Amino acid sequence: MKALLFLGCTVPVRNLNYELSARKVCQALGVELVDDPALACCGYPLKGSDQGHALVIAARALAQARAHGLPLVALCSACAGTLAEAEHHLAHDPIAAEAVNKELEPLGLRYEPGVKATHLMRFLLNEVGVEAIQAKMTKSLEGFSFAPHYGCHYLKPSEVLGGLEDPENPQSLARLIAATGAEAVNHPRLKDCCGGGVLGADEELAGSLAGAKLAELDALGVTAMVMVCPFCNVMFEGQQKAIAKRMDTKFKVPVVYLTQLLGLGLGLSPDEVGLKLNRVKPKELIKAFKE
Amino acid sequence: MRLNDCDPGFKHQIAAEPGGAGIRVCFGCAACSARCPVGANRPEYDPRRIIRAALLGQREEVLASPLIWLCSSCYTCGEVCPQGVRFTDVLTAIKNLAAREGHAPPSARITAELLAKQGRLLEITEFENEKRAELGLPPVEQRPSDFQSILGIAPQEQDAGEGA
Repeated sequence: MKALLFLGCTVPVRNLNYELSARKVCQALGVELVDDPALACCGYPLKGSDQGHALVIAARALAQARAHGLPLVALCSACAGTLAEAEHHLAHDPIAAEAVNKELEPLGLRYEPGVKATHLMRFLLNEVGVEAIQAKMTKSLEGFSFAPHYGCHYLKPSEVLGGLEDPENPQSLARLIAATGAEAVNHPRLKDCCGGGVLGADEELAGSLAGAKLAELDALGVTAMVMVCPFCNVMFEGQQKAIAKRMDTKFKVPVVYLTQLLGLGLGLSPDEVGLKLNRVKPKELIKAFKE
Repeated sequence: MRLNDCDPGFKHQIAAEPGGAGIRVCFGCAACSARCPVGANRPEYDPRRIIRAALLGQREEVLASPLIWLCSSCYTCGEVCPQGVRFTDVLTAIKNLAAREGHAPPSARITAELLAKQGRLLEITEFENEKRAELGLPPVEQRPSDFQSILGIAPQEQDAGEGA
């Protein structure tokens, strides 16, 4: 099984623990990730002010995936969402597709409908399946509890994702956590937005969105929060200290990527899944898995 | 507010933008506002108020408002709308109009310039690739030429901008 890896802008620079663990997990599950250095931005950062150009940039990535004849898998939920939205829009609007192709022609690229663009987690869920992933587990994470953070673009807009799961009652990440033997914690603020989308416009507002969830999870005392998006990670891990300070409180909620948990379950060491690079470290977990 | 000062064509202008057509079917129930996480923290940000003001034709008030840039694009509003309005998309249409009239925050221009310069938001230098190599990760590259072509920003303009 092969897929073209869409790294995006943030992951290959700031979230090497995510990239490393994602690559190792795919290897362990028999999924070959193909790299193409020409892939870059998904277009999302431009959307608010210039969605016409954002769409051409997303279509460029879809055209590149088509040239490889491979599905496109992203580690970032904003990238995955933007690419899937672009595919959904262009596949249903031939006039827009033609306009995009005029812009892509000088680059020697052409968009054609039918490219599958998805988040790596969705790809693993659909192509490998929870049962097959669970069957490959060699180490149990029983006794630990994790709070999945689905984030928004992993679940919505539901019509773009083709009704894969109900955004009001998401289950997929909890099922993957449970596959490791650990407990997936449900809680009132499970579906809260991280606030990352407004970080550029209003840091205080973004921080209050993430802060409410961090405070709840701190009170619950989970082993760690579990991410599938580097943008959410910026809020919950990168901004955690600043948020606690602004709230005039102290909390330390460890943050891990789901691929890091799956990696530990698949027998990889804490170093192999990049746990050293986590900023709010899940100490109990590192201690338990140290050789 | 004087109705004579309103622009009845504003809603049609929004509807003509990609994603903007939903504004035609909003009946103002405020399901979007009720579930908006930004509104819960900032009551002055209210999706229904933005749509109502746009429908009334308060063109300048809407386009110049800093509030329209506070959407976190979480898409919750669209999922709960009984009319199938995707407010996030309607607001994107409004923000795009606002940007064309010079109301975008400076970050919008900076983003476009970074993409034209680097082909990515974050710069890749030898330092990044050395760190990647230590972990056994393949190098990543900057190939900005496609982005310069798409965005219509020539490399020389970039250099001039950098020197200034």
